[in-house]
Amino acid sequence: MNELRTAPVSRRNTELWLLILAMVVAVGAGYLAGLSNPEGLSPEFAKQGAVLCALALGMHIVLRIWAKYADPIILPCVVALNGIGVAMIHRLDITTGDTAATRQLLWTGVAMAAAMAVIWAIRDHRMLRRATYIFLMISGVLMVLPLIPGLGVEINGARIWVRLAGMSFQPGELAKITLSIFFAGYLSSNRDLILLAGRKIGPLQLPRVRDMAPMILAWGLSIGILILQRDLGSAILFFGLFMAMIYVATARISWIVIGLGLVAVGGLLAAQFMGHVERRINAWIHAFDPEVINAQYGSHQIVQGMFGLANGGLFGTGFGNGRPDLVPYANSDMIVTALGEELGLIGVIAVVLLYVLLVSRGIRAALGTRDAFGKLLASGLSFTIGLQCFVVIGGVTRLIPLTGLTTPFVAAGGSSLLANWIIIALLLLVSNNARKPVPSADLANEVVLKKEANA
Amino acid sequence: MTELALTAMRLGFLILLWILILSIVGALRRDLLVGKRAGAATAPPPARAADTGEQASQQPPKQHPTSLELVEGPQSGTSIELAASPILLGRAQEATLVLVDDYASARHARLFPQGSRWFIEDLGSTNGTYLGESQLTRAQPVDLGQQIRIGKTVMELRA
Repeated sequence: MNELRTAPVSRRNTELWLLILAMVVAVGAGYLAGLSNPEGLSPEFAKQGAVLCALALGMHIVLRIWAKYADPIILPCVVALNGIGVAMIHRLDITTGDTAATRQLLWTGVAMAAAMAVIWAIRDHRMLRRATYIFLMISGVLMVLPLIPGLGVEINGARIWVRLAGMSFQPGELAKITLSIFFAGYLSSNRDLILLAGRKIGPLQLPRVRDMAPMILAWGLSIGILILQRDLGSAILFFGLFMAMIYVATARISWIVIGLGLVAVGGLLAAQFMGHVERRINAWIHAFDPEVINAQYGSHQIVQGMFGLANGGLFGTGFGNGRPDLVPYANSDMIVTALGEELGLIGVIAVVLLYVLLVSRGIRAALGTRDAFGKLLASGLSFTIGLQCFVVIGGVTRLIPLTGLTTPFVAAGGSSLLANWIIIALLLLVSNNARKPVPSADLANEVVLKKEANA
Repeated sequence: MTELALTAMRLGFLILLWILILSIVGALRRDLLVGKRAGAATAPPPARAADTGEQASQQPPKQHPTSLELVEGPQSGTSIELAASPILLGRAQEATLVLVDDYASARHARLFPQGSRWFIEDLGSTNGTYLGESQLTRAQPVDLGQQIRIGKTVMELRA
């Protein structure tokens, strides 16, 4: 085993240094956003900066204690993204008179506390594997919750919300974590069967029909979400997650071919028979048609967003000088265009790069860890972050039809923040496992075996 | 605050953002170097090279196994081609190499490629898998010509 002889280094000091830089970015963004207040520097600024820095340092200390060898880059990336998000939301609040930034800050606190609790409680991600099927059940419950009458509510045509005691929450966001854990557990146990059985046609090794069942099930589930909850974004996310994980588990192109085939069939059916999907596609292709712009659920949002991006240009207008508030849902779905308008292409590329670095570190943790379950879990979770970014940023820049997914860590939304911070906690745990020294018992064992082999 | 100062701060923020990214990339680069050094260390470390030196010099340089041949047991003489995918050994019909051996388990062992080598791993079989003389307790690399024994069947990798 190659990993055995890497000298394990705890890189918490590197992390601290990068974290300080990330906090400077977050506070700087908050300061510039606060300056856009017409009555002088907004009083919210100090509070936001202090809370964010305290939370980030708290997380750093938790890592020092319980996950000493975790990846040093993940946390600074996320703190910077979260800080930029809060600043942008606050800047939009100043124009619209909302208090979304305060809520976002509160949820950041809750989410980071949850992430710290996950690190403290789990320590070793492998214990999650024991509960593989329990996580399947939890995923099922989470996904059905919004459909229960009286509990679930419909907002903007999608039935993905649960309202309890005045708080609304998207259980689907948490379902992507529990589903990743289930897929990782299931595939790490059944990989050999899925991988080895089946006949070969040309370069493709086709799986047996009964091994296809989980894939068909995942497909059915996504279609179900599409029909019952009318949420294109989650449907894409769940199916994409499953496809990515089965590909990682088996390294068979045939799964991707079959998966894309199913997506094509599902997509064609949805575009034909489901009004909301049809409207989305229409708003994407004919975005600048005046009729489509003015239609209800038309392309007004996309077009406004693109005008914003164009207005921002290379360097951006600066916080407070653009009009990102003209875009509907500027602080959640469309926050990337708001950032693009005020930070410019240079700023948006930096934000995208932060995501790229984050995802690449997740994949690195998957490569480094020694157990199949951890590999699958880390790659699945990193993939969800990457796919979400692609779907959202691709949507607002009109590369693909716009769907209602959130930009991880940046967009306003408590459920998304909570889920994504828990994902980060899990990635940190897997990376800690990947980099920490192997217990000496294993090493001793290896030396004995080596000697036997030589004798 | 003057317009000029604001503009300077605006640009300063963009620069700051990129400083963060470049610092992260810098830290990453160090991390990649660590990985490289680790890769170099997989060749036997100097201290151990002394007692394995004889064997190491006998090993033909970089010959990749292309087939798995059964050399003893009921199916002696059979061989299967090695591709890039793992091989399941056992009595189960799903196995890549179905063993006709009463002492083998249904899903007995797994032979899989990693890097340029093949590893054998016991899948919790009843009677165990032996590599040379020693019973496997975890995945171990298999060299060309080294004997793998499952029940009464003995097999080895051939180039």
